[in-house]
Amino acid sequence: MLNEKPTLKSTGKAFLYLLPMLLITVTFNIYPIIKSFMMSFYTKYDFFTDKVSKIGWDNFTYIFNDPDFHIAVKNTLIFVVGVVPLTVIISLVIALLLNRIKWLSGLFRTVYFLPFVTSTVAIAQVWHWIYNSDYGLLNYFLSLFGVNPISWLESPKYAMLSLIIMSIWKNLGFNIVLFLVGLNNINERYYQAAKIDGANSWHQFTNVTLPLLSPITFLVTINGVIGSFKAFDQIFALFNGNPGPSKSALTIVYYLYQKFYTEWKYGIAAASGVVLFFMILLVTVIQLSYSKKHVHY
Amino acid sequence: MKVKIAMVLRYVILILGGIIMLMPFLWMLSTSLKTQPETVKIPPIWIPKQLQFSNYIDAFKAAPFAQYFLNSVFVTTVTTVGQLFTSILAAFAFSRLNFYGKNIIFVIFLGTMMVPVEMLIIPNFVTLSKLHLVNTYAALIVPWLASFFTVFTLRQNFQSVPDQLYYAAKIDGASDWHYLWHVLVPISKSTITAVTVLQVIGSWNSFMWPLIVTNSENLRTLPVGLQAFTGDAGTNYAQLMAASTFVILPMVILYLFLQKYIIAGISKTGLKG
Repeated sequence: MLNEKPTLKSTGKAFLYLLPMLLITVTFNIYPIIKSFMMSFYTKYDFFTDKVSKIGWDNFTYIFNDPDFHIAVKNTLIFVVGVVPLTVIISLVIALLLNRIKWLSGLFRTVYFLPFVTSTVAIAQVWHWIYNSDYGLLNYFLSLFGVNPISWLESPKYAMLSLIIMSIWKNLGFNIVLFLVGLNNINERYYQAAKIDGANSWHQFTNVTLPLLSPITFLVTINGVIGSFKAFDQIFALFNGNPGPSKSALTIVYYLYQKFYTEWKYGIAAASGVVLFFMILLVTVIQLSYSKKHVHY
Repeated sequence: MKVKIAMVLRYVILILGGIIMLMPFLWMLSTSLKTQPETVKIPPIWIPKQLQFSNYIDAFKAAPFAQYFLNSVFVTTVTTVGQLFTSILAAFAFSRLNFYGKNIIFVIFLGTMMVPVEMLIIPNFVTLSKLHLVNTYAALIVPWLASFFTVFTLRQNFQSVPDQLYYAAKIDGASDWHYLWHVLVPISKSTITAVTVLQVIGSWNSFMWPLIVTNSENLRTLPVGLQAFTGDAGTNYAQLMAASTFVILPMVILYLFLQKYIIAGISKTGLKG
């Protein structure tokens, strides 16, 4: 009864409905957010007894002076820049093409979306095999054009590129679906009006499609940036539990994992998580304010 | 004429792109059915002389994939059903009931959706070890029994159901509980299916959390088991590809059957960010 004022009775009832969800989310979502921030200041911490004997900024000082963390931040940014723009452009092109055909368009959509539902770990094994420097499919294909074998996964020069190619391949379908929804939502009348005004297809694209699609483009970009900031599974699987040759694919989340899981440095791991949080927050804020000015709704 | 060329060009690009998208899957299947010498043939062969289905059997013998499979099925099922249950109840409260603190709670939860889950792994691990739950099925399941994202999606859907249905049910003497399960849930079937399928896929493929909270072999889910298997398989790519196929196949089948719901789910939830 939405128009009624809340009463004690209705509040009690509502909380009964909310209780199971609240129990879990408070324990495993809300409390750990606060705890993470606190842990990032624990400099002397006994994990077994959960006793904190010293707090301070040392964890942050440590990571800001840790060359590995610098590599991790740099690699994460390279990964974002390598994956996001290309994924957005390719998926937009594919969506535009799919939108203009009728015959087989369902089949194409199925095919392009397929990688999205597959286990990252399993498909990374397949890419590992494709990238194999001696017998891999990719080097064989390149050899047809006279390219010498490339150590895709063993050379620090190519490791990040291999990771980026696989990630773009995996993410395309998701963005294509969103772009197709956006294209469907554009009213046909805009194109008719543009045609009457004598706009050719390029002008229709730049003056009708792109501006009206900008909310989706914006959303797909945000999703992509945030998702890429959190890259872990694909790295762990592609490089068999290593962050790439000479740490060439060490990202922030991988750094967090290493500090936490293999080195048991909880405070430092938490501090790197806090940095990740603020990076994501910053990007979200920048993009939101940018979109207010430039995204046409 | 110009129109025709453009149409042909569209198909050429889409087909070439489609081949690239499918290539890894075909290569995986092909390799999984080869003999060891065939896997390292140059130029590569796509169709093995004799299909070596024994690779699948050998992979199953080399690692307890049947156990991994059962674990994955169990964890995915319980997580999905549990999460759906808690989310349906909460979404009902947010969409239908008025209560003190509703807006504050809602805004707090929206805020938490921005926080990367990777950051929560450390305190959650500490919590679970205090409860002596690390390396149990509970550790794989309990933290995922609620998702505000699912609550949010269902709430949007519940809100679009006309009020009249609610009042009609009330006049017929139905309780809120009855209305929720016998009217609201059946009406929202397609959204619930979409959310469910997306959750199943996410749960089945999840890796980082199961990797961290389990260390005994008999608790591994398929992705974690497969990752461990890569070490043992070494360069036996035929077996490794057979095992990968086994991990990927269930979700591909699910996708082919429920494609409509998955696409609808992504269109709905993805668009909200």
